[in-house]
Amino acid sequence: MKTQMGVPQSAAVSIHPKPPGRIKHVLTAALVLLLLIASAKQTEASFGELLEGIPEMMKLLREMVPPRWSYMDNILPGMLETIRMALLGTTIGAIGAIPVAIFCAGNLTPNIWVYYPARFLLNLIRTLPDLLLAAIFVAIFGLGPVPGIFALAVFSLGLIAKLTYEALETIDRGPLEAMTAVGMNRIQLIVFGVVPQLAAQFTSFVLYAFEINVRAAAVLGLVGAGGIGLYYEATLGFLEYDKTSAIILMTLVIVLLIDYASTKLREKLL
Amino acid sequence: MMKTEAGVVRPKPLKSPFRLVIIVALAFVYIWALSGVPMDGLKETAGQVTKAIAAGIFSPDWNYVYLPEGEDLLRGLLDTLAISVLGTVISAVLCIPFAFWASRNMSRFRWLSGSGRMMLSVIRTFPEIIMALMFIKAVGPTSFAGVLALGLHSIGMLGKLYADEVENIDPGPSEALLACGATRLQQMWFAVLPQVMPGFLSNTLYRFEINVRSATILGVIGAGGIGTPLIFALSARNWPRVGIILLGIVVMITLIDLLSGYIRKKLV
Repeated sequence: MKTQMGVPQSAAVSIHPKPPGRIKHVLTAALVLLLLIASAKQTEASFGELLEGIPEMMKLLREMVPPRWSYMDNILPGMLETIRMALLGTTIGAIGAIPVAIFCAGNLTPNIWVYYPARFLLNLIRTLPDLLLAAIFVAIFGLGPVPGIFALAVFSLGLIAKLTYEALETIDRGPLEAMTAVGMNRIQLIVFGVVPQLAAQFTSFVLYAFEINVRAAAVLGLVGAGGIGLYYEATLGFLEYDKTSAIILMTLVIVLLIDYASTKLREKLL
Repeated sequence: MMKTEAGVVRPKPLKSPFRLVIIVALAFVYIWALSGVPMDGLKETAGQVTKAIAAGIFSPDWNYVYLPEGEDLLRGLLDTLAISVLGTVISAVLCIPFAFWASRNMSRFRWLSGSGRMMLSVIRTFPEIIMALMFIKAVGPTSFAGVLALGLHSIGMLGKLYADEVENIDPGPSEALLACGATRLQQMWFAVLPQVMPGFLSNTLYRFEINVRSATILGVIGAGGIGTPLIFALSARNWPRVGIILLGIVVMITLIDLLSGYIRKKLV
């Protein structure tokens, strides 16, 4: 496009864009620098400390190699629980996301007093990260995988509902108008007009949320919400770093496998 | 797609045996998943605690917003912000070499950029909270450990986004410069950098939004920020304080999302 438009016009009209002011650049740079210095002071960042700490960390890394392969048998139940939590959390979140997405979509819920508050609430839910939700649910339900499932469900509800309502707003209006014209009610409209247009995309969003949830579920155990994360604390606490690296490796392999399968499936769907 | 005589296009229905297999497999997966969840281990007080938390959120402990002697909400949020700013900047600088390594149009060999992509993918998969646990071993349980963890983890995603940006540039300006004898460095500086800069900045801001969210949870393991007082308040069952901290986090993240979204819209 650039060459098509740029070449013939350049002779007649000057298309030189005005360069942005120097002062603006300098001010932005100064602002960023100021922010950096203030942040470094606030966090007491010192790279001297880091350099001093590096030998300690190297020692830790050395102790992690080789991983203790025999520990894999012990953590397999934890890994399966992680996948279970991700699966159930994603499913509950996906089911909950459907009505939320419909309320948020301007073309299915034309009332501005409904879809604006709904979107606002959705944005509020989306501000809370999964581990934080898990910490709260642990306070409510006690330790175990159940609070983890709930945390993942709320988190994936936010994610899937947002992606879905944005996709909903871009669907083809033709079928909907045709169905309204022949006198269908709202439920019929959604079942026959919206679902066929969106089913593939929705499945893809759910798979995407599942990928994220498997990663998230692997660390939820740190706050006591079940899954493989419990084992990190235990092994690090007892300074058994070769076991820690076994956990990390196993999680990495499982996550990469699930990512690969899910990406392939999503490519097929769309 | 099959065309019927009337010219109506009908989608071919999914083969039924295949569909049945999928449904049965899914059913088995869900039975397996549900059977492993202990439903009897729930606390009977769940309802009460939920009510208490809700009450805490609606009547937050406003005094906690600012305490003269320190350890209050504002300082916790400031710490969280500082961690995410520093972590984002560190990763934004460190990921540039990774991005050029991983982008296909910058290297002559496919395996070279492929290995770069692989490397970024591995970094991405490594959870930041585990990185923070390791950095805590190195520099102690401070905000600095959180900064390092975020800085290292974000390389994975930022490097990939930067590499996509580099792959999408117009080769014209580079070739023109090469034709009039510019060195490789001059090409980078005058042809590549101006093209990728807006994209780089926009992606960095996007990652900053994510990092603020991550920084709020780093405190859970003692790596600084608002997470530490939140965990303390949760374990002390101080619900009004939990309420005010949650409110603070929600307000801060909403404001940052709005600001960053506004700047990103102007950039691109």
